[in-house]
Amino acid sequence: MRTKFQQGLDDLREKLLKMGGMAEQAVDRACQAYRDRDLNLCHRVLEGEGLINAMEREIDEIAFDLLAMQQPMAIDLRFILAVVKINADLERVGDQAVNIAERVMDIVDLPSVTLPVDIPRMASAVEAMVQRSLESFIDGKAELAQAVLEMDNVVDRMRDEAFITLVRAMNENPALTRQALDSLLIARNLERVADHATNIAEDVIFWVQGTDIRHHFQAPAND
Amino acid sequence: MGVGIEVQNLNAWFGRTQALFDIRMSVAPNHCTAIIGPSGCGKSTFVRCLNRMHETIPDTRVSGTVTIGDMEVYNGTPAVQVRRHVGMVFQKPNPFPTMSIYDNVAAGLKLNGFRGARKLDEIVERSLRMAALWDEVKDDLRKKSGASLSGGQQQRLCIARALAVEPNVLLMDEPASALDPISTGKIEELIFQLKAKYTIVIVTHNMQQAARVAEFTGFFLLGQLVEFDKTEKIFTKPSDKRTEDYITGRFG
Repeated sequence: MRTKFQQGLDDLREKLLKMGGMAEQAVDRACQAYRDRDLNLCHRVLEGEGLINAMEREIDEIAFDLLAMQQPMAIDLRFILAVVKINADLERVGDQAVNIAERVMDIVDLPSVTLPVDIPRMASAVEAMVQRSLESFIDGKAELAQAVLEMDNVVDRMRDEAFITLVRAMNENPALTRQALDSLLIARNLERVADHATNIAEDVIFWVQGTDIRHHFQAPAND
Repeated sequence: MGVGIEVQNLNAWFGRTQALFDIRMSVAPNHCTAIIGPSGCGKSTFVRCLNRMHETIPDTRVSGTVTIGDMEVYNGTPAVQVRRHVGMVFQKPNPFPTMSIYDNVAAGLKLNGFRGARKLDEIVERSLRMAALWDEVKDDLRKKSGASLSGGQQQRLCIARALAVEPNVLLMDEPASALDPISTGKIEELIFQLKAKYTIVIVTHNMQQAARVAEFTGFFLLGQLVEFDKTEKIFTKPSDKRTEDYITGRFG
């Protein structure tokens, strides 16, 4: 057993889970800020971005060192590649949380209106996807990752519905345009977070099974 | 040109101890095939069975068939003839220490009764060029002994010596394990070049080396061939858990 190498892999796993927790918390805070029109939470999301970025660099550095110094093979190589990609996705999840927080800060400045869109419901679905994708990573469970992939269509539909209803609302009542546009952008940010969760799930499947399922790719039968 | 090697039901013994169990393998012509596995797994015994070197050790035995091109290795072909077609390079460079560089390369041909000085000159030069050593030794061919060269040069001299008799197959038993990274790089580059003319089977403990030079890799364990597949498959997604445990260092 290569003790030092194993310690490096454990360290990488632990740091990525911490990163996952930070990204998950950022999305949760941004969605909470939307629900409660809470500027304080928005600022906390913005402040947290630097920490997520720093963690991304730290994880990449550990992965880079392990690749260079330990020359991993097979499942270890797949694990490190998956971690590097999941790391990038989590950093982008953090960016999306910041985008949502910025939209909320704009909304808070405007009069409160009722819009025909259920952002909290969409947020719950997206947060569940992120959570499950990270759980699939913790346990190395491809079945759980597969379930995340199936949830992505639901979120895509929510985004499409939000687009239709909010455009209609803007046409019918132009005074709502700015709030509706902010909500539309938030729906799009949430849909992007769901896409990142999908990427994470695909990377977990690659790590565990050695199968590349991105873009519905199927390897030739004899390969 | 290189030829394919077909191994069927190959078993080998040292006295009563069986070292290889029912090995079956098809080695593709003009490709490099790497044999990996822990110490004592039978990988060196396996390659030594391919050119009948195993039987040079007292109280050893082999059963099964090995076919190299259309030559039956264990069915009537004299061992000397087999070895003329199947060259071998060992872990420790073993040039003839008292012979000049030239005589080292020419030794195999002279042993086979080759005549013709001009033709011999041509073959020595060609062999040294193929072994990527010509430019480094061309001015000292008859002045310097094989033993005066560096370790990496000695190993390439041994490769040139093996190539001089124009074999179809080149067996390499850890050819770079005693060499520094620069010499190792030269040997690996050489393997890449030699594949155009020869079939190469290399035993190595260095898995990165196997991944770099070989198109196919076989993993041996306790005298059995556990897995044989394309190298990229073995090192990224092996089928057998034992292979994965070995290449990821989780063995034992």
